[in-house]
Amino acid sequence: MKHPGMINIVSDTSNEIFEWSERNFSKVKIVIEKYPAGKQQSAVIPILDLAQRQNNGWLNRSAIEKVSETLSMSFIRVMEVVSFYSMFNLEPVGKNFIQICRTTPCWLRGSNKLLDVVKEVTGCNLGETSEDKKFTLVEVECLGACCNSPMVQINDDYYEDLNEDNFRKVLLKLKNNENINKGSQSGRRGSSPEKN
Amino acid sequence: MPFITIDNQEIEFEDGMTVMQACELAGVEIPRFCYHDRLSIAGNCRMCLVEMDKSPKPIASCAMPATEGMKIKTNTDSIKRARKGIMEFLLINHPLDCPICDQGGECDLQDQALHYGLDRSRYEENKRAVKNKYMGPLVGTIMTRCIHCTRCVRFSTEIAGVDDLGLLGRGENAEITTYLEKAIESELSGNVIDLCPVGALTNKPYAFKARPWELNKTESVDIFDAMGSSIRIDTLGKKTLRVLPRLNEEINEEWISDKSRFAIDGLSKERIDIPYIKRNGKLISTEWDEVLNRITQEISKHGKENTLALSGKFTDIETLFATKYFVQSLGSNFFDCRYDNAQFIENQRSSYLFNSSIQEIDNAEVILLVGTNPRWEASVLNARIRKSYINNDCKIGLIGKKIDLTYEYSHLSDNIEHLNDLLNDRSPFSELLKNSKKSLMIIGNSAINFRDGKEVLNVCSEIAKKYNISTNNFNGFNVLQQDISKAGAIDIGFYNNDFAQNFDQKIKDHISKFNPVVFLLSCDEINHSILEGAFIVYLGHHGDVLAQLANVVLPTPAYTEKSSTYVNMEGRVLQTTRCYHPLGESKEEWKIFRSLSNNFSQKLRFNNLSELRNEISNLFPVFKEINNLPSSSKLDFGSATKIENRVLEYNIKNFYMTDVISRASITMANCSREILNKVA
Ligand code: SF4
Ligand code: FES
Ligand code: FES
Repeated sequence: MKHPGMINIVSDTSNEIFEWSERNFSKVKIVIEKYPAGKQQSAVIPILDLAQRQNNGWLNRSAIEKVSETLSMSFIRVMEVVSFYSMFNLEPVGKNFIQICRTTPCWLRGSNKLLDVVKEVTGCNLGETSEDKKFTLVEVECLGACCNSPMVQINDDYYEDLNEDNFRKVLLKLKNNENINKGSQSGRRGSSPEKN
Repeated sequence: MPFITIDNQEIEFEDGMTVMQACELAGVEIPRFCYHDRLSIAGNCRMCLVEMDKSPKPIASCAMPATEGMKIKTNTDSIKRARKGIMEFLLINHPLDCPICDQGGECDLQDQALHYGLDRSRYEENKRAVKNKYMGPLVGTIMTRCIHCTRCVRFSTEIAGVDDLGLLGRGENAEITTYLEKAIESELSGNVIDLCPVGALTNKPYAFKARPWELNKTESVDIFDAMGSSIRIDTLGKKTLRVLPRLNEEINEEWISDKSRFAIDGLSKERIDIPYIKRNGKLISTEWDEVLNRITQEISKHGKENTLALSGKFTDIETLFATKYFVQSLGSNFFDCRYDNAQFIENQRSSYLFNSSIQEIDNAEVILLVGTNPRWEASVLNARIRKSYINNDCKIGLIGKKIDLTYEYSHLSDNIEHLNDLLNDRSPFSELLKNSKKSLMIIGNSAINFRDGKEVLNVCSEIAKKYNISTNNFNGFNVLQQDISKAGAIDIGFYNNDFAQNFDQKIKDHISKFNPVVFLLSCDEINHSILEGAFIVYLGHHGDVLAQLANVVLPTPAYTEKSSTYVNMEGRVLQTTRCYHPLGESKEEWKIFRSLSNNFSQKLRFNNLSELRNEISNLFPVFKEINNLPSSSKLDFGSATKIENRVLEYNIKNFYMTDVISRASITMANCSREILNKVA
């Protein structure tokens, strides 16, 4: 299956109608105000992001239509933006959206093994969502945290200095809805030198 | 003016030009795919690379503004290598299916690959395949061939003003598509076929019909609206296979409407190609001699001096002239061209022309539309209004029902009464008009096809004078004619004042009073109940409703089969070219009247087309010069009467079916079904 952010087709299957929540709508207004009058289209990316967050991590047709209506843009113009950026998902995703970095530094530091772990724990292959809807697994290029490689991003947070053990723990905790620590899993602060 | 050096040749250019345009001035052609004169610059194909001094990398000449002292090289080895590289990239995913591609022989990619293509491929991976998209009954798609120049997207958003096409995804996943696979809802959609540099968007009805090099190409003039757009008709034997626009800055730039392009399949359907005569309620085919004799008898029987002739949408000057003089030779003065009841003011040429010229729309600051839907009445002209709206922020006001014109406008009123407010400074548009330096007023058929049509024209003229729409050296008072035949018919006086104001009623009265012979010159749009009691002679090329009601049917050639003179809405005299001989036994109308006149006391004085044309231009000097824009005349009429309350209704109800040819066309039927949801 494909990365849900790299497809060009809007999912029509859900009949849910997207309406802005009150909180998000006030945010929408703040974002639009940042741009000169009549140039509200410039706000399309942050507004789509708000919509995606409100809609459990993906954009259905109704959400995209809402955004185009909010910004007085045509549907196809918004759709061009949505399909261009892989960060906008066009299919439902699991509660934890796992982006595993597979670029050279992480790979040298063992991202392959992490991939095996995550496949085993979640039961998904790349691009897939687990049956319990808890995980979606995709691979990405360098996320700019190579200094603490290997790393993965889960939803908005980075998890760094991973190895098979601590990564498995993280995933199991997520599976059991337990709290986990963000950032480095080896306990170091930032990228301070590792003791050995 | 600044200077630029191109291939060691120093050349002057205008500020604001791009390097590519400067190269063109220098006579150097730069290969390109995405750049197009009339579209915004995208700079995404990279085929136009040139070398610029002090720049380590080649630059995209279409997107680089030319500046003083630049030194450009267009033919160095490194540039050739760069272009070869680009070409190789473009061909990575482009299929090698030229033998089965309709664009073959007129494909930019094919042509440029000849110069810059490698003779072998270094690419061993699979080519990508893209699903074809559905874009309606006119535009066929083979999306695997798309090279993502985005010309089609820019055309539909910028020129046509419909946000239907888009480029989704990126990189390998990029694809051009319409929103949810629907037809492109524009009257100009066919132009994307010409714009597409490859065979990704193709002419659906013409698919696999012919190769460009086997076609006969005839330069002619479009007759489906009153603009008289320049077109090229491609034919094979006696078949019109396609119509393409020709460049004409003054009229259609390089676009034509979908009707002009696609209604041509109607030319080979429901054609009349032999004379018919009605016996016992049935039309029976017969010989020319017989019908002409019969007509002669009937004319004498029904009273020569009451003979009536009515012209139609496509009636050319030659026909009108011959008919008029034939009917007059019978001692009758009954002929008219106002089948749609649109009024004008006699002997005032400016009361029925688009006086400002179509090109002046580009400079307008304010445009007032009165009872017109230009999108349907002259689609290409509407694109010009849109262009003015975008480029000079032109403000547009509409009196008439609210419609989607592809640009924003202020809706002033549904009611023609609003003219009174304009005249008395009480309209929300008054202020705008007062402050504008150049305004145009465009009056449509629906405003004047009523008994008070003349008053409307008079009041509009007063408004034009009041707001300086029409001044001493510029006349922005425009009437938008719908038919290519109209202005010319009025020019040669093909009307009778007795029939003014209420055409239907007055014709009906005339016919019921005299029961005369009526010549219908492909006049198909009239209400046939008014013809009751007449002996109807129908001259035309299509078996539409009226042909079936006729007592005698005479076959005449369609616009591709004869050379005709027309006057377009601006008053420009235009001439079409014959592409092939008339079908079957059809004869030009002027020949028919010429031979009919043999049977009467007064013979018409011409024996061939050039004599006829000489005669026309002797009597009507406007026909001496072809293609010239007439010098604009001042408004010499006008009076401030009060216009009565009347809600405007546009008279065109279905853009795709307005005349005999488009009504016979299957392609147009498909369009009206799919795009307008009308059952044809
Ligand atoms: S379909 Fe044709 S015009 Fe449109 S982007 Fe592709 S190649 Fe260009
Ligand atoms: S390579 Fe993984 S974060 Fe840079
Ligand atoms: S023509 Fe210049 S980049 Fe395409």
